Amino acid sequence: MIDTVIMLWGKYYYVYIDGLLGTLWLAALTVFAATLLGTVIAIMKLSKIKILDLFTSAYIGVLRGTPILLQLYFFWLVLPKAVPINLSDTACIIIALIVNASSYVAEVIRAGIQAVDKGQVEAARSLGLSSVNTMKKIILPQAVKNILPALGNEYISMIKQTSLASVFFVQELMTSYKTVQSATFLAIPSLIIAGVIYLIVTTVLTKGLSVFERRLQANES
Amino acid sequence: MKAKELIRVESLNKSFGDLKVLNNITESIYDGEVVSIIGPSGSGKSTFLRCLNLLERPTSGKVYFEGVDLSDKKINLDKHRQKIGMVFQLFNVFPHLKVIDNITLTPILEKKIQREEAEKKADELLERVGLIDKRDVYPTKLSGGQKQRLAIIRALAMDPKVMLFDEPTSALDPEMVKEVLEVIRGLALSGMTIVIVTHEMGFAKEVSDRVIFMADGMIQEKDTPDEIFNNPKNRRTIEFLSKVL
Repeated sequence: MIDTVIMLWGKYYYVYIDGLLGTLWLAALTVFAATLLGTVIAIMKLSKIKILDLFTSAYIGVLRGTPILLQLYFFWLVLPKAVPINLSDTACIIIALIVNASSYVAEVIRAGIQAVDKGQVEAARSLGLSSVNTMKKIILPQAVKNILPALGNEYISMIKQTSLASVFFVQELMTSYKTVQSATFLAIPSLIIAGVIYLIVTTVLTKGLSVFERRLQANES
Repeated sequence: MKAKELIRVESLNKSFGDLKVLNNITESIYDGEVVSIIGPSGSGKSTFLRCLNLLERPTSGKVYFEGVDLSDKKINLDKHRQKIGMVFQLFNVFPHLKVIDNITLTPILEKKIQREEAEKKADELLERVGLIDKRDVYPTKLSGGQKQRLAIIRALAMDPKVMLFDEPTSALDPEMVKEVLEVIRGLALSGMTIVIVTHEMGFAKEVSDRVIFMADGMIQEKDTPDEIFNNPKNRRTIEFLSKVL
């Protein structure tokens, strides 16, 4: 078995590397865009304006309460009909991943902001700092320290989530597995290679994140 | 001749849900006086103090500062709060900013003072409370007493007309209480108008011009420290003082 795995890697490594790059890119793009969208959602939710709160609660509720695979199918089927421009399958799937991730990121950001000690806001406002400056100079800088590690975790979990895109043959690591598998009919060795790559990447990133997190703590004041 | 009225509270009520915390309080604070507010916990004294700069919005009633109704939604509350310094029990220094930036942040942002000038003034204040050697460290490197001294001069950097202290020494280790009280005493002697909620009866007796005793969300008795501590008239005051003195 090990011989087969090594042989397969020697012959098709470029397929896996391409797939891995696709996965990393997909995860990075998703988390980046989801952070922008999620910030807007989080601010809407924190705004205390009833209609916005209702909307964001429904948004987050639906996205977290249904399977991501279902959402991918939904966007893949509905988006091309709903928008006038030509959308590739990949574009539909990326948008679906971003929308899904935004619901998780919004909660991460909301929690990060709410975790900042209420006394900080009181001190700032009692000094006469405006609410905008209090947000910019007091709350957000402290919230970022809560949020960044959680976003890192989101990126790592997104690396695994994007494997679902293989259902739609978006270029990423699980699609590489399918490609090699169908070319060679060696399903298990091909799966092992993909699995080992996932494991290496997530392990390295998890370690890196915990180092980063410690730095952040040490830096803190 | 009576000193100028700085703060006037009229028929102030504050409830949290069904809980009535402040019950129809009317009181004035005059320019230059030092007023201590004492009373059992849960008497509403901290809430009263927090209503003076509208950190708590009154359920009903008015708070005037220099004649301006602070609960008026049309005024720029931030501008008025800049003249009302506040010091909290838990210091609330900004942990992500160096000591110097804790002090200069608001003067630079809100009073548009040049950084150089703001830092010069901050250095003087740091010197005054013995923290100049901590100028460029982050607040986690400070002891509780040092944090509270920082919180005091952070408020002073805004040139307030009045300083509100909300149990400023309650969270401190005993050996640090004195250094903070020293700073407040110095402030009182310099003529600053001060309203302080405190459990330090000795301090209240010594520095105050007036003492207000609160219980059950009402002012039960107010008088000179001498009268309150040596000749209390209200039953609740007598009861309270017999427990704490």
